[in-house]
Amino acid sequence: MPQDAIFSKEIKPHKTRAVSDGLPCSSLRARKLGAEKMKILIKIGLLMGLGLLFIKAHAGDFATLSHSLAKSDYSQKNRIIDELAALDDDRTLVIFKALIEGNLYLRKSDQTVVVGRDSREGVELTDVLTGQPLEVVGIRALEKVRINNSVRGKLRTVIASLQLSAKNSDIRRQSARDLIKSPQPELRNLIATAYEKEESSSVKSEMAMALAMVDIESEDVKLRREAIDILASSYSSEALGILERFGEKDGAGNYKEAEGNIGKLAAEGAERVRHRMEVMRFIENLFFGISLGSVLLLAAIGLAITFGVMGVINMAHGEMIMLGAYTTFAVQQLFPNWIEASIIIAIPMAFLVSGCVGILIERTVIRHLYGRPLETLLATFGISLFLQQLVRTYNSNNVPVITPDWMSGFYQVNGALSLTYNRLYIILFSLMVLGLLAILLRKTLLGLQMRAATQNRAMANSMGIKSSWVDALTFGLGSGIAGMAGVALSQITNVGPNMGQGFIIDSFMVVVFGGVGNLLGTFFAAMGLGIVNKFLEPYAGAVLGKIFVLIFIILFIQWRPRGLFALKGRFVTD
Amino acid sequence: MTHKPLIQQLLTNDTASRWLFVALLALGIGVPFLNLVVPPDSVFHVPTYMVTLLGKYLCFAILALALDLIWGYCGILSLGHGAFFALGGYAMGMYLMRQIGDRGVYGNPVLPDFMVFLNWQELPWYWLGFDNFGLALLMVFLAPGLLAFLFGWLAFRSRVTGVYLSIITQALTYALMLAFFRNDMGFGGNNGLTDFKDILGFNLQADSTRIVLFLATVIVLALAYVLCQYITRSKAGRVLISIRDAESRTRFIGYRVEHYKLFVFILSALIAGVAGALYVPQIGIINPSEFNPLNSIEIVIWVAIGGRGTLYGAVIGAVLVNYAKTTFTSGIFAEYWLFILGALFVITTIYLPRGVVGIMDGYLSRRKSRQDKSMAAASPQAGVATGGKQP
Repeated sequence: MPQDAIFSKEIKPHKTRAVSDGLPCSSLRARKLGAEKMKILIKIGLLMGLGLLFIKAHAGDFATLSHSLAKSDYSQKNRIIDELAALDDDRTLVIFKALIEGNLYLRKSDQTVVVGRDSREGVELTDVLTGQPLEVVGIRALEKVRINNSVRGKLRTVIASLQLSAKNSDIRRQSARDLIKSPQPELRNLIATAYEKEESSSVKSEMAMALAMVDIESEDVKLRREAIDILASSYSSEALGILERFGEKDGAGNYKEAEGNIGKLAAEGAERVRHRMEVMRFIENLFFGISLGSVLLLAAIGLAITFGVMGVINMAHGEMIMLGAYTTFAVQQLFPNWIEASIIIAIPMAFLVSGCVGILIERTVIRHLYGRPLETLLATFGISLFLQQLVRTYNSNNVPVITPDWMSGFYQVNGALSLTYNRLYIILFSLMVLGLLAILLRKTLLGLQMRAATQNRAMANSMGIKSSWVDALTFGLGSGIAGMAGVALSQITNVGPNMGQGFIIDSFMVVVFGGVGNLLGTFFAAMGLGIVNKFLEPYAGAVLGKIFVLIFIILFIQWRPRGLFALKGRFVTD
Repeated sequence: MTHKPLIQQLLTNDTASRWLFVALLALGIGVPFLNLVVPPDSVFHVPTYMVTLLGKYLCFAILALALDLIWGYCGILSLGHGAFFALGGYAMGMYLMRQIGDRGVYGNPVLPDFMVFLNWQELPWYWLGFDNFGLALLMVFLAPGLLAFLFGWLAFRSRVTGVYLSIITQALTYALMLAFFRNDMGFGGNNGLTDFKDILGFNLQADSTRIVLFLATVIVLALAYVLCQYITRSKAGRVLISIRDAESRTRFIGYRVEHYKLFVFILSALIAGVAGALYVPQIGIINPSEFNPLNSIEIVIWVAIGGRGTLYGAVIGAVLVNYAKTTFTSGIFAEYWLFILGALFVITTIYLPRGVVGIMDGYLSRRKSRQDKSMAAASPQAGVATGGKQP
């Protein structure tokens, strides 16, 4: 790029370049275009007799102007573009973007201005005026609206100015971001004006960044220093890149940009950005760790009830999770129009389904095995095989569970940190489940009876608690929570007959690590393991990280044989 | 009780064991004869695949024996015994891998195929010496033994018991599975070790080699059985049972509980390792899925179905469940096999806490008491006569 163009603060139309670019085929193209124009003119003149009026139309509404834009020659186009831009119509941006991307067409059959998008069947048309999709046609039915480099340059400026002054702040933000990604020195004045007018502080800071990306290349040392200050306070990798470029040293160890200490400042700024991005990466890892921790927590929390409180080694726990996930799928199949609400509907449904299956299992099998924890392991393992096969005979493949819109996407905190919504919701959901469970166990009659029956069955019975029903309800509660976990997990993993098995070992690790019979322990264990796992991953890889965590748990149990938060008292020993 | 020669005492003083030895003897003589001597077109001919299948069952029986020794007699429920089995198997597999020599796909005289594929230049240090059968055999004992020692020493010393122990054994085998799945470990990653050619210079595909391996399995099973029998009948065995039933009391009486546990845990791991080493040359492959925690749970199932706490029960359980598995997983029942297996576990644990052996014992003792009653009614001498049968 020529130096004067880069450092000039005024907009300079790149006339010389534009001409030289267009030169090799310009004469040929002009002749061809001229012939085409003549044909069109004759056609319109014959058809309506008013054709020329369209082109000549000066002031006018959007429809006329867009139509004349498509029909006019290059010099007229520049003028019509200005007129369109002055209209303050949302559709102008659409038409300009289509024009610059070469997607604006005239439909030959009725001379409508349309936006075309290439697809496998042909070109999908959209009416510019109404925004309505039209039919799909072959390229021959269309006539492309052509532009030259001068029009293209004009359009770029106008689009940027339209976007920067758009009423919608998202469009302004997006445009500023585009300008950060690819700085355009010739738009400097436009950005500066928009920056002055901007009211939203977040968009304003993005615009300041875009401005700084241009200013850092200017000739004014003061301006450049200010730009470096702004860039150094950002989170974006683009800013880091440009600062690093200006902070480079030559072979002798001197900064290449010696003038006004720019090189040194840029290098220091780059260091600051790098440090800040490092912090953001740490926060991101922490977020991933916490989200993995809440997945573990969700999977383990039901087990903390059935295994921790009741002492039943429930190998079918993973299948309860699976049932919950399948319930989500079933809800989505039953109410295909309510996808957005399906997760909310599925949560209580999954609780009921898994809870009822849990009560059924307790009443038919586990009831006979109390006091023999190792044998419940075998029986529930049998049940888990049974349930898996049951699902597999229905459909042995993974089933597609749809993610509602409000759960997809991410929340952009700043340039270097974005948090995905599904993980955010899962963290919130797991904490909510934990909280509700803690309240249930501590504050309700059922919770009191549960704790009484686990601590001293005979005494609880003599106090009038029907301990067999309390057992059934406790097991149902644990299973139901597993079902709710399944709803959440269906959003982040594959839902299939084997999905439960992936969680069962991890869940046991969490419960044992945290200390059996202790919800708080389960919480800390899940979060701790999740975070440690995520922080090990970059150094050791996912698999090795997991191996380390497992070995850590094995060794930890040696140190504290009853987990992080061991129950104290007489009833812990045999 | 008078002192009889040890071997006689071990072989003859209970009916079930005697029957087991008779069965093993019959297998040991009958199968080679029917496979090698009887012509292939005869009805009585035992095809080689059947020999291999029987050999596999017997390997599993040895493994079940090992688990029953610690679970049935000492109350240690290991959900990771598959790890020791697989380690023994890998030790043997590494020897067999080195035996391939330059007959591999890439024809490298030193490096196994998968290492050539990974562009490794030389043998990792832990593969050195595995071309020597003696060293490989040593490793069959050493690898599971050392792991069991380390793990047991830590766990028993800090008094990790019950479900906690079960779950960390599960973690152990799970961690090993993940580790062996990694290509960088140098154990063939996902595919494991396979394509074996020969053992000690004998072609692994030959009928005679198969028969010898089968015989070795029969003999090892018999020896392992005698060893376990001896230990459980000894004074130490009594201590083990008391640990199973009341660990704290045994400790308070003055026994070093963790020493007993460690001893029996290591022994059990060694037996499991040998079972793995016999399994690999017969099946022809060892891969990380052997470390899968589910496999280890399956071993527990065999013992539970056969009858926990009786050595012959473990053997019967392993053979029975695996026979059922081969029968049902092929053919029309394939889809229902997991239903059957699942139901089997539930029914066994609820209704048959002593397993298949429990049914037999119940039947036998009922018949015996009936007999005793009728005999006692008939003549008092008859009871003496039955007692006199015992040598």
